[in-house]
Amino acid sequence: MNAGVLALDGVKIVEFGGYAAGPHVGKMLANFGATVVHVESMSRPDGFRMQYPPYKDDKPGINSGGCFTYFNDSKYGVTIDLKNPEGRKLARKLADWCDIVIENMRPGVIDRLGLGFEELRKSNPGLIMLSTCNMGQTGPRADTPGFGSQLSALAGFCGLTGAKDGPPMLLYGPYIDYVASTLGATAVLAALERRQRTGNGAYLDVSQYECGLLFLAGSLLEYHTSGKIAERAENDDPDAAPHGTYACLGEGWIALSCWSSEEFARLCGAIDRADLGRDPALATLAGRKAAAARINDALNAWTRDREAHEAARMLQAAGVHTHAVNSVADLFTDPQLIARRQWSRRRHPVIGDQAYCAPAFELSETPGDVTASGPVLGADNERVFRDFLGMSEDEFNAVRAQGATD
Amino acid sequence: MLQQTGRIGRGPSFSGSNMEPMLQGCMVLDYTGRMGWLAGRLLADLGAEVTKFEAQGADVSSADWRALNVNKRLVRVDPADPDGRRALDQYAATADILIATPATADEADLYDYARLSAVNKRLIVVAITPFGLTGPKTGWQATDIEIMAAGGAMALAGEPDGAPLRVSATQSYAWAGSQAAVGALMALAARWRTGRGQRVVVSAQSAVITALSHAPTFVDMLGITPTRAGAYMTGRSVTGAKYRVFWPCRDGYINFIVYGGAAGRRTNEQLVAWMRERGFDLGPLGDIDWARFTPTGASQAEVDSMELPIGRFIGSLTKREFLEEAHRREMLGYPVSNTADIAADPQLEARGFWQDLPGPDGTERHCGCFVVVDGVRPPLVRPADDTGKIRRQARET
Repeated sequence: MNAGVLALDGVKIVEFGGYAAGPHVGKMLANFGATVVHVESMSRPDGFRMQYPPYKDDKPGINSGGCFTYFNDSKYGVTIDLKNPEGRKLARKLADWCDIVIENMRPGVIDRLGLGFEELRKSNPGLIMLSTCNMGQTGPRADTPGFGSQLSALAGFCGLTGAKDGPPMLLYGPYIDYVASTLGATAVLAALERRQRTGNGAYLDVSQYECGLLFLAGSLLEYHTSGKIAERAENDDPDAAPHGTYACLGEGWIALSCWSSEEFARLCGAIDRADLGRDPALATLAGRKAAAARINDALNAWTRDREAHEAARMLQAAGVHTHAVNSVADLFTDPQLIARRQWSRRRHPVIGDQAYCAPAFELSETPGDVTASGPVLGADNERVFRDFLGMSEDEFNAVRAQGATD
Repeated sequence: MLQQTGRIGRGPSFSGSNMEPMLQGCMVLDYTGRMGWLAGRLLADLGAEVTKFEAQGADVSSADWRALNVNKRLVRVDPADPDGRRALDQYAATADILIATPATADEADLYDYARLSAVNKRLIVVAITPFGLTGPKTGWQATDIEIMAAGGAMALAGEPDGAPLRVSATQSYAWAGSQAAVGALMALAARWRTGRGQRVVVSAQSAVITALSHAPTFVDMLGITPTRAGAYMTGRSVTGAKYRVFWPCRDGYINFIVYGGAAGRRTNEQLVAWMRERGFDLGPLGDIDWARFTPTGASQAEVDSMELPIGRFIGSLTKREFLEEAHRREMLGYPVSNTADIAADPQLEARGFWQDLPGPDGTERHCGCFVVVDGVRPPLVRPADDTGKIRRQARET
């Protein structure tokens, strides 16, 4: 292992924006060593600070919100008043200092602030800029405002969740924002790769809507090709039976699936119903689908007296695809996630210890890490403006006196 | 003829070397099963030269296969055969990234980083599995539904008193594949600093946690476990009132929420104005001062009385009507689209999102690259497979 070498060592990023879609990109890159500066203002702090719980001791406060910190760990936090001309000059200095700007304002806003890509690259020709918004920077609905939770409906996810004869279902939070932030991170890293080769920057226009559609690419191709419209099907799958969730003792559930008659026979053996496994009528996928009610009755009779995690261990031992339906609380006790060190606890000045989410992938030579809690508002003004930008104490005090850091 | 993608976006007019694809020259070997297909697709769309390996006779006709393996070169070879293994090592000697979904001990050996790095020390080896390569559940078998369950996503989808649900189109593989693409490119960035490749291990279970937004913070900070919300929004009123999210309309459903705050005010005022123009009974909506309205104090009876006229109005609209008029009025809310609605969305057409490529029955329409780079959407440059062969097979049957 290269002790101390970080994948993105020396890469400097400035974020203008808030909520999830922009800052989550920065978090992913910060966890692998990029220096990321998150810009807010005293009058317009990141919306995740005050608009979304939870808060420390359930008391809302500008620095007590866990939603904000969760997506902004390992970053520096500064305040710049972008309505103030001196603030815009300060923002420009930051943009000249960095390699990458990430912004998720409505299309056109960053240009009107004098911080658009065309303007910034005059003084920083190698700049990479990621603009991410609902619909992308162009098109007849480019200016549509919106929340990711509702955009998940437009992009097809809600309509594909639920029973066929029931209403669509919500997905938790702004589901599609995290699709877009993950894909946005790949675009930024690809642009960095090109910059290493050529020295040239890039302007990356990401539509969160379009990103979401890549997660439904097969269903969309199916429609374009055959006219078949994908429908919500509860937990059914065309290629497996049984395939669903089963209530266990207490409030637990397990999910399981059988992809062959052999696997179904193993399942039947594990639940003491070898008779079903031997039934020739259930030896085919079509036969098991036709007998779904009978199979589900047998499964429910077995699962309802067993704790979900124990039931899953038993069925896995028998060679059956299964897992407990982890509650969000279970994610902190799942032995697999503990073994992977999924959660990193870092101390925040107001919140205290908080669990931060580790990356979903491990790098053997240059591992990622959560290096710090999310910043309190304006926590790093002096560090960033003086140490990173090289401002003298007098210069820093002057811009502060002019309200640039309000 | 492959479709040429023209300039559609804002951004600079680059010329010369800067127009080259971002991952030009990056050689990727894609040995993945279903769980990893999206990883190579994303890298291909960003300009990498991706070769997809499939055993002779492996089915490549499904919509999922074709949608997620378009833009890759298909090579028919089975890495489990001696010849296939030799070919793998030959390819690996000059490649930058190898992506695999090892599911058996043999596959784990085949795609073992130590073995492959002896062939090429600059090679990045990405392994995507349900639970990673270490830990007590490494050997557990899981497909999409089990991974969605393990990652916590199913606990958050469905009716509060009903069964946990997955999205009916496979999602966990997309989460795993996209995180694998991030990991591969992170390792590529590291290679500029270390001169060496490395192993990247993706846990699909962990990748799904990305989808949970900040739900874990409720458990961590308050000891509250978020649960399924069904088709209603709860937790916004101190009285416990629930707000409808999905409203039946003439041809499906609309996602519309009575919000408070600045965005809610604009939306609610515009909804009332729209209803008034259409001559709909406003009920109690006409008397509400939206500048002062907050959803936090309303009782269920008050919410129900507000929602009655809204429901009648939305019930008179089509999805397309709502989409266009809500946009014109700068209202929040979207239709619950199906794949047919998405396929006909003018926004996607205007941005050149779709790309037509040769397919077994003529032309097939794919999702294009997810990002517009320097004002141009990078074109897909390869169809999904050897379509000539598929045509021959179709004729023979």
